[in-house]
Formats: sequence, C-alpha cells, structure tokens
Amino acid sequence: MQTQMERSDLTENEKMEAFLARIDRGEKIEADDWMPDDYRNQLIKLISMHGISEIMGALPEKEWVPKAPTLRRKLAIMAKVQDEMGHGQLLLRVAEDLMAPLGKTREDLMDDLFTGKLKFHNVFHMEAPTWADAGVIGWLVDGAAIITQTMSLDSSYAPYARALHRICAEEKFHAQHGESIVLDLAEGTEGQRQMLQESITRWWPSLLMFFGPPENGNVTSNQAANMRYKIRTQTNEELRQAFLTKYVPRIFHLGFTLPDDTIHFDEANQKWVYQQPDWEAFKQIVKGNGPRSAHRLNLRETSYEESKWVRDAIMSFGRQAG
Amino acid sequence: MADMVRVETVEQAKQNQEYVQALADLLFQLADDDFILAYRGSEWLGLAPHIEEDVAFSSMSQDMMGHAVMFYEMLEALGLGKADDIAQLREAKDFRNAILVERKNGAGDYNDNPHYDWAYAIVRSYVYGLHKQVRLEALLQSSYVPLAQVSRKMLTEHRYHLMHWQVWLNQLANSTPDARHKLEAAISLVWEDAGELSDLGPNAEQIVRYGLIAGEELLRQKWLNETKEIFKKAGLNWPGEPGAASERGRAGEHTVDLEQAVATLSEVYRIDPAASW
Repeated sequence: MQTQMERSDLTENEKMEAFLARIDRGEKIEADDWMPDDYRNQLIKLISMHGISEIMGALPEKEWVPKAPTLRRKLAIMAKVQDEMGHGQLLLRVAEDLMAPLGKTREDLMDDLFTGKLKFHNVFHMEAPTWADAGVIGWLVDGAAIITQTMSLDSSYAPYARALHRICAEEKFHAQHGESIVLDLAEGTEGQRQMLQESITRWWPSLLMFFGPPENGNVTSNQAANMRYKIRTQTNEELRQAFLTKYVPRIFHLGFTLPDDTIHFDEANQKWVYQQPDWEAFKQIVKGNGPRSAHRLNLRETSYEESKWVRDAIMSFGRQAG
Repeated sequence: MADMVRVETVEQAKQNQEYVQALADLLFQLADDDFILAYRGSEWLGLAPHIEEDVAFSSMSQDMMGHAVMFYEMLEALGLGKADDIAQLREAKDFRNAILVERKNGAGDYNDNPHYDWAYAIVRSYVYGLHKQVRLEALLQSSYVPLAQVSRKMLTEHRYHLMHWQVWLNQLANSTPDARHKLEAAISLVWEDAGELSDLGPNAEQIVRYGLIAGEELLRQKWLNETKEIFKKAGLNWPGEPGAASERGRAGEHTVDLEQAVATLSEVYRIDPAASW
C-alpha cells in the first residue's frame, strides 16, 4: 500500500483517495507516511495547541506548588505539575516531527505562542487565587481534559494516539489528586467549604467553555475535517454533555451549588440544559485577553528569553563535542 | 569513643535524653537543608531553560523534598511534634539549614517577574549535592541505625542527581565565553556561603561524641577534595577556601530570604493547622 502511494505516477487526487481509503479501513498513519497537507496542518494545529496548553497549564497550578499545605500535598502537586510539563514535551515532539518537512522547529512554536498566533486553552488564562483552585483544576479541568483526550485515543494519527494513551493514564491520577484535595476541603471546616464553593463558582463558565462553542447543527469545517480524518470523533457539545453527566451530580452530591439556576437534565431529550457561558468573552480569552493571559505569557517569555544564553551554550558545547 | 553505641530503635534512643537532643539537632540540619533547597527548586517549576530540564529538575526537587519528609518523620517519631507542624509552623529562627540553601533563586518572586539565575541553580545544587553525598556516606556509619538505613536509600537516588549536575557544569564550563563567565560568577556567589555546609551547629561536639556522624573537619576535607577534583575535570579554577555568611544558619541565624520562604511555604497550612488539607 505504502509503496503504491509513494509512486510518483499517482496524481494528487489518487494519493488522496488512497489515503482516505486507509482512514476508512481504520489504518493508522505514521509520521513518515504520505499524508495530505490539510491532514498535516490540522494535526499540527491540534497537537501544538494541546502541547502548549499542557505547558501553559502548568503555570496556574505552579502558583500553588510552593504553598501546598502539607508535606504529602507538596510532593503530590510537584509530581503532578511535572507530569503536565512532561505531557507538553511529549506532544511538542509529536508536533515537531510533523513540522519538520515544513522546516519548522520548537523555536517557531514558542515564537507563535509569544506573538499570539498559537493559542492555548481558555482555562489556563484564568485566575487561581486560592488553594481550592489547585484542587478544582486537578479535579474538573483535568476531568474535562480526560473526556476530550479519550475521544482521540483512537486517533488515525498513530504517534498522537500513542502519546495520548500515556497522557490519559497519568491524567487519571491527576484527577484523583485533584479530587482528593477537593474532598479534604469539602469535608473540612466552614472556611474550607467556602473556599471550595467560591472556586467552583469561579471556574464554572470556564469549564463549560473548555469544550468550545456548541455547534447547534452547524459543525465547522475544521471539526468536519477532523472527523473525516478520524482525528476526533465527537462534537464539542457531545463532549460537554458527557462532562456534565459525569460531574454535575458529584458537585451537587457534595453539597455545592453551580452559578446556574437553570441547569437540569432533560429526561425527554436525554441531555443537559444549561445556561450558555458568554461566548464573546471566550473569544477574547483565547485571543490572549483573559485575566491572567498577559501575566502567564510574560512569565514564560521572560524565562525563555533570559535562558537564551543557556540554549546557546548547549548548542556551542554540542558543536564542539560533535 | 566510649559513648559510641548502636541505637537500633526510637525507644532505645529515648533512654538517653542527651542522645535524643544530639540526634534531633542533627536531624533538623539534615531535614531543613533538603526542605528549603527543594522549596527553592519548586519555585523554578515552569521556568527552567527548556522543557526537558524543567521535568528533570522538578523530579530531583521531589526526591529532595521526599528526603526532607523522611527526616521530619524521624523527628516526629522522637516525639517532637507532627512532621507537618515541624516543617511549617516553626519560625525562621528555629530552622537549622545552612544559609546557602535559603538564598533566593535570583531577583523577583517565583510568580511575579522572576529573573532567576540558572548558573547559580546549577552551582548551588551541585556543590550542595557533593556535600550531601559525603554527609550521607558518613551517615552510613551512624550510631542511630534508622538514620543509617534511610541514608542508604537516599544515596541511590542522589547519585543520579550528581550525574545530572555534572553534565551541566561541564557543558557550561566548556561552551561560550558568556556561559563560562556566568558560571564563574555563580561559583563566587556560592563560595561566599558554602563553607557553612559542614558546620554541625552549636551542639557539634555531642553529635560527634555519640557517633551520629563523622566530625566537621573530616566531612569538610572529603567534600573539598571531591569538589576540587570535579572543578579540575571541568577545567575550572579552584576558588580557594569557601567562606561563610555572617549569619550562622546552623545556630538559627537567618536572612530575610528564609523568612519569606517560610511565610510562603506555610501560607495555606497556617490558615488552619488543625484542619485536614
């Protein structure tokens, strides 16, 4: 199959047809296989955004790492945030392989991040002012991430699927880590419960936004392409519904409220009815105009720029040794 | 030397109040050194020169924090309070870490305009690490058997840390003139404080008399010899005898850097130390 596809006498259309036939047969695409530019570009966009979100996603929790309240929690949250950086590294490597034929490197991704061309998840633009936020991020943000990533475990692009298998396994520990922080607060003093309630209220709109705007019957061309290529298999709204089914009953069970009086499960239509978050605000947030966007980007950019001398030194040492 | 005994358990140790005092004094030094330097490491999270290093550095800080926890738990077993309380409810003046480990990573706050110094991070971690290696090896002969046992366990992890820092030191020493310059500046800074590492504190005599660890001069010579060898291999000039800060951390004298560190690391716990977190 491969050799046939690489034959130069095949037209682009024939290559495309053969490629789609592979996808339809459920075959997996490897980094060195022929793939249409569109497929490559969709993957680069998706995976670099995922990778950079893991790295930027370490920053809100990082704020709480040095302050974690017990020795056990200090160890656990250090390990957790380290895992997130590790996921970022794993995903950027997958993206780097895809970008290599286009002559692009990780440096380009970092530049794109700083210029705002490469976006990261809305949740990581938000404030995390209390320890409860460290718990809610682990429990609900990672919980939401598990739902979206599980969808792509069977992605047609094999290197991404392999990375996700490892990431999802670790994310489940993270969700447990977050849940454990949340449970201590939920079963704790009045002050602890209040801290947690405020955090849930604060994060709720961001959690709804996490899955992206609802399609309302109009699946975007990007989504359609990703589904055709079997990069993803579910729509934003389907993922959000799965999240609500899993977590809303748990939040209520612990005795906490959501900042939405209308939310309920509609038995007749078998779906959650809820108040839409402000999707205009969402656009602004992912554009880099969220409450902590500038601060976190600045943190990353400063450390990146100030360590240029280190990267230069490594390169220089490598050249001498090589 | 008549006092050199083998103490197998906490109960046995508790039969001699003087022994417990000497042991606790040493454990505070060991625990606080690792705890505060691991805290400084945790402040670096997300800010290391590249992502791979971020992951590696964080992993080493966790190991070090884990070592601190083991020492604090030994203090808890001696009846000195809950490990969490010992780590987080003491005032800065009750800490017994060396000044070297409490120094800030650089200008700024970890979450607000940090301008951290990677060369300092490398040199401090490595110089401290070399000393820790010597100290752990000496502890293998400790009269307090539980301490000898945990030290053996720590040594296994610690060897990997030293290998990591050696690679960095060698790379920076032999790359660009700028890196070399920054490395030498960091060595000078570290050298101003490093001499205190082998200080066993005001109760040093008892600590050594009870065979808890080898004497200061022995630790110091072994550490300096090894460090000299490493510097030579990397082609670095020997900075001479290490100095010590005007504050003596081992006697509870500290800089404002430690006060800030303690306030930060205990901020949440102090909201309600009786609560479950």
